[in-house]
Amino acid sequence: MPVVCVRGPLRALAGGRGEHELQGATVVEVLRVFELEHTDASGWILDERGLIRRHINVFVNGERGDESTAVSADDRVEVIPAITGG
Amino acid sequence: MTELVVGTKKGLFLLEGEPDGQSDPFEITARAFAGQPVDFAMRDPRNGRLFAAATSPFYGPKLFFTDDDPSSEWEQAQGVELPEGGDQALERIWVMAPGEAPGTIYMGADPGVLFESHDGGANWEINAGLWNQPSRPDWQPGGGGLCLHSISTWPGDPDRLAVAVSAAGIWLTEDGGRSWRRGNRGLGARYLPEAPGETETTALCVHHVERAPSQPERLFMQFHGGVYRSDDGAESWAEIGSGLPSDFGFPLKVDPADPDSAYVIPLVADMDRVMPEGRVRVYETRDAGSTWAPRGDGLPAEHAYLTVLRQAFTSTGAGERLQLYFGATSGDVFGSGDAGASWSTAATRLPPVFSVTAA
Repeated sequence: MPVVCVRGPLRALAGGRGEHELQGATVVEVLRVFELEHTDASGWILDERGLIRRHINVFVNGERGDESTAVSADDRVEVIPAITGG
Repeated sequence: MTELVVGTKKGLFLLEGEPDGQSDPFEITARAFAGQPVDFAMRDPRNGRLFAAATSPFYGPKLFFTDDDPSSEWEQAQGVELPEGGDQALERIWVMAPGEAPGTIYMGADPGVLFESHDGGANWEINAGLWNQPSRPDWQPGGGGLCLHSISTWPGDPDRLAVAVSAAGIWLTEDGGRSWRRGNRGLGARYLPEAPGETETTALCVHHVERAPSQPERLFMQFHGGVYRSDDGAESWAEIGSGLPSDFGFPLKVDPADPDSAYVIPLVADMDRVMPEGRVRVYETRDAGSTWAPRGDGLPAEHAYLTVLRQAFTSTGAGERLQLYFGATSGDVFGSGDAGASWSTAATRLPPVFSVTAA
């Protein structure tokens, strides 16, 4: 199964674990499963439209991905806050 | 001792101090949500629960609450979200207001959405009546978004409510939020070509609305160019801004003890949102808007081009002991313990102030 990697507050909301093996064939599918399994993190990565929040970047095996990027077993899906603020 | 709950661009600050202005500035007793914009925060006076609406630039708007030490863990409120699968996302929480029924709290947010909680703020649901308004597809956002920023309860009647949306005008309910109708008669939008009175379809940029608790039919409104008063429960409005240096601004307050007494903080204009003449002044009416008088004793009197945002003006107490506090994007917080007669600096060098509430 693909592995979703989270850090910072997302890791804290996911029981303190940084890596999660999850079912799904696309980025949005595995992220949706992540939020369903860790309800404290519900809505933190995906908004109500099912889109990845604007200032969160997702990388699949080190390459920038989006909601529709295909994932398969052994893929690493890293969820990383973007550079933003002021 | 007065507690101020201050939401800023870089976190929540709790301040404590005396309103007389004679002692030291208020003490910062706690900071939470460091680095995050806290758009609105308040303590529910009924049970002391502290709320903070924080909009992480990464994770979106969330509502948190605590019944304990604000420097420790906060709990995230549930249900603060739009229906899944739609074409909109929750952008920002703008305001909260305790309801008349026990345990009820209302919350206004962008995009023009009203939430309600009936368990003291732990769980929330969207108000379907307003969310499903047939005219909603025509609602236009103001510069700050499609924000539902004012919630006026009716003392003693939990079914009556007025809310204001920028820029979709005033909405009224008399059945606890199941049905809503407009309350815009008399408002004139100078930024639109239509003639005043064409209120059913125009985009009305209400900036702030407050009800006079001792005379609930009376409300005061700061409009996007214009200060108004209603004496019929927000059905219709009459302009009362004559005598102000500018009728543009955002927040206003009403003395709970006197429905004729209200306070506004004028800014130059929509294209220059700073204090007129670089002087910090609150304007007071004691005759329901017939006349206005500046109140600036103790406030910066020159080279002070401050901006006070929509939720950054609050009051506690009433009558001669009315306390008024406002914060500016400069990070200054000013207060008066004598209904605006004299002022002092409660805090300075905070991050830009988004909201001030008093407990």
